[in-house]
Amino acid sequence: MTKMILDRRRFLARTGQAMLVFGASGTVMFTDAERSWAMALDRLDAPTAETLLRMCRALYPHDALGDMYYAVVVEALDSEAAGDPATATLISEGVGRLDAALGVPFAALSPGSQTEVLTLMQADPFFQKVRGAVVFHFYNNPLVWRHFGYEGASFEQGGYVWRGFQDAGWLIEPDAEASPPVAYGEGAQP
Amino acid sequence: MTTYDLSDDSVVVVIGSGAGGGTLANELAQKGIDVVLLEAGKEQSIESFVNDEWASFAQLAWLDPRTTSGTWRVARDFAGLPTWICKTVGGTTTHWAGASLRIREHEFKARTTYGEIAGASLLDWPLSLADLEPYYDKAEDKMGVTRTHGIPGLPGNNNFKVMWNGATRLGYQKVHTGRMAINSEPRHDRNACHQLGFCFQGCKMGAKWSTLYTEIPAAIDTGHCELRSQAFVLQIEHDASGKVTGVIYADADGNQQRQAARAVCVAGNSIESPRLLLNSASSMFPDGLANSSGEVGRNYMRHTTGSVYAAFGQPVHMYRGTIMAGIIQDEAENRPERGFAGGYELETLSLGVPFMAAFLDPGAWGASFTRKMDQYANMAGLWIVGEDMPQSSNAVTLHATMKDQHGLPVPNVHFDDHVNDIAMREHAFRQGRAVYEAAGATDIYEVPPYPSTHNLGTNRMSEKPADGVVNAFGQSHDIDNLFVSDGSVFTTGAAENPTLTIVALAIRQADYIAEQMGQGAI
Repeated sequence: MTKMILDRRRFLARTGQAMLVFGASGTVMFTDAERSWAMALDRLDAPTAETLLRMCRALYPHDALGDMYYAVVVEALDSEAAGDPATATLISEGVGRLDAALGVPFAALSPGSQTEVLTLMQADPFFQKVRGAVVFHFYNNPLVWRHFGYEGASFEQGGYVWRGFQDAGWLIEPDAEASPPVAYGEGAQP
Repeated sequence: MTTYDLSDDSVVVVIGSGAGGGTLANELAQKGIDVVLLEAGKEQSIESFVNDEWASFAQLAWLDPRTTSGTWRVARDFAGLPTWICKTVGGTTTHWAGASLRIREHEFKARTTYGEIAGASLLDWPLSLADLEPYYDKAEDKMGVTRTHGIPGLPGNNNFKVMWNGATRLGYQKVHTGRMAINSEPRHDRNACHQLGFCFQGCKMGAKWSTLYTEIPAAIDTGHCELRSQAFVLQIEHDASGKVTGVIYADADGNQQRQAARAVCVAGNSIESPRLLLNSASSMFPDGLANSSGEVGRNYMRHTTGSVYAAFGQPVHMYRGTIMAGIIQDEAENRPERGFAGGYELETLSLGVPFMAAFLDPGAWGASFTRKMDQYANMAGLWIVGEDMPQSSNAVTLHATMKDQHGLPVPNVHFDDHVNDIAMREHAFRQGRAVYEAAGATDIYEVPPYPSTHNLGTNRMSEKPADGVVNAFGQSHDIDNLFVSDGSVFTTGAAENPTLTIVALAIRQADYIAEQMGQGAI
């Protein structure tokens, strides 16, 4: 049971200095302009969630995408941990190793050092668990697809037959034998 | 829908409803032969298909436990998922991309054409292109294959335009939008392709041929076919004379049922079909049914594959439109001077962002990976489909200890690349790169094989009973009323996508079964 889900728009309306607030139990709130959202957590504590968030970013860094997109992964791991004590242990112990690697909390390490720590941990089941979770949850988010220029489901829009499936105008047009015109509808030849 | 009694031993039981089983069921039913069609998966529909890669994967894919071994890259990247095929009514015809190519004359004579190749268990097929041509013709008409029977080719999307630009600059001559079982115009009560870009997820236009909404309803309409979905066949039974008498299956509630049969046709794909024959071992057939040759499960082939993706300075949006939007066929001939036997096709391929993240470089992470992903909108892609060498040691076997939800040993899929496969893949990677370099690519990425969609050879056809499992009609050498009706009967893999040949063989097999039944031979 999620303890608290914050209305992201409520924070979007706010400005002010960057501030990480450990608010209501189980909720991590980021209240600066770029972090106007919250992670809703059932099982993981806030420092663990924050470290996981840094780890997700370091694994699959897309500078143009904000932390909220990576938080989706942390929330998914949290849900799994809530239902499975073994996963909860795997995560808490794994985060412990991340923080212990250089003696400085992982979240405080430079990007270069974070990569170094992760490289040393590649065979760790915890590493593989989080890496797999990012691949599945981060790249499966329709909001993230926009960044990559992927449009997702097309059936509801009638597909791409009249919406740009041949619009790469920088290429030479293939001859009609290689690539015949659309054989029906408004594009059909008389 | 007509229903048949479990004790009705006049019916032909067909196991599996994909390209082979779904087609065979319809062809038999059209002749008035009563068929019980058993499908392990659930029934979906054009309406229930989803334009969402992971959700569709969960809806359609065969996800029962399997194991892998061998040096192939799939065993490392996807250890529990050797194949990407389907457990659903219509089988993998819901998921296939639609490429419909005839196997070439010389490929039916692989052993004769290629000669002896060390480590390869090559054989000639027990039938020729001429034998199969009338059935290819019927299959192409049934499926509505473009560029046959007066059906126009499909229009090429951006991904094809990139391929065509590079290929023609490179001097390739045979470059076009392919022969596809996807309607370029409305035909046979099915819609035309609207270029959705979700061929792999079940075609929501119904433009792509699938037994789900063609063969199977047509079979049921005859009044001679009963479809039972969520019917997972556990064992084939036989009598004291060695003739098969019926099958035991687990129904949707997990209860075991016994369906009697006059004949049994196994069409569960190259993993499940040999597994079922092996799991049906008895005191009379201790090595499994139809396995006096010891060839059941052996000679597993999966095509020599790999992908090349390339990034350009301008947008491509490769995901818009048909997945296999075009083909280069210039490398498909056998030209041993290239350093390998056999040939390969290059076909466009695209993945959405969710699957691109999983398949572009499995296991990779860090900035070098995300930089590639950031190029997604400007990427084009192609897939290599080449003939791989059959090897006796590449095999589907029963796992010694691991059991599935029904308590049966799970299949292990063992595969090692033959040196010929490696030589071909390297050549194809080089040519794929050259195509995209010629089209002006800024970056080019070689991508390792995905879990196998083309699974072949594990119950192969052979002239001599000692060399294989079934004869030229898919009838087992050992048991007259036991047939195999899927891609596992392929003697060799050839360079072409296999579905059209599976369908042609099923049509031919139906004629043979009807003839044998008419003569009282089975």
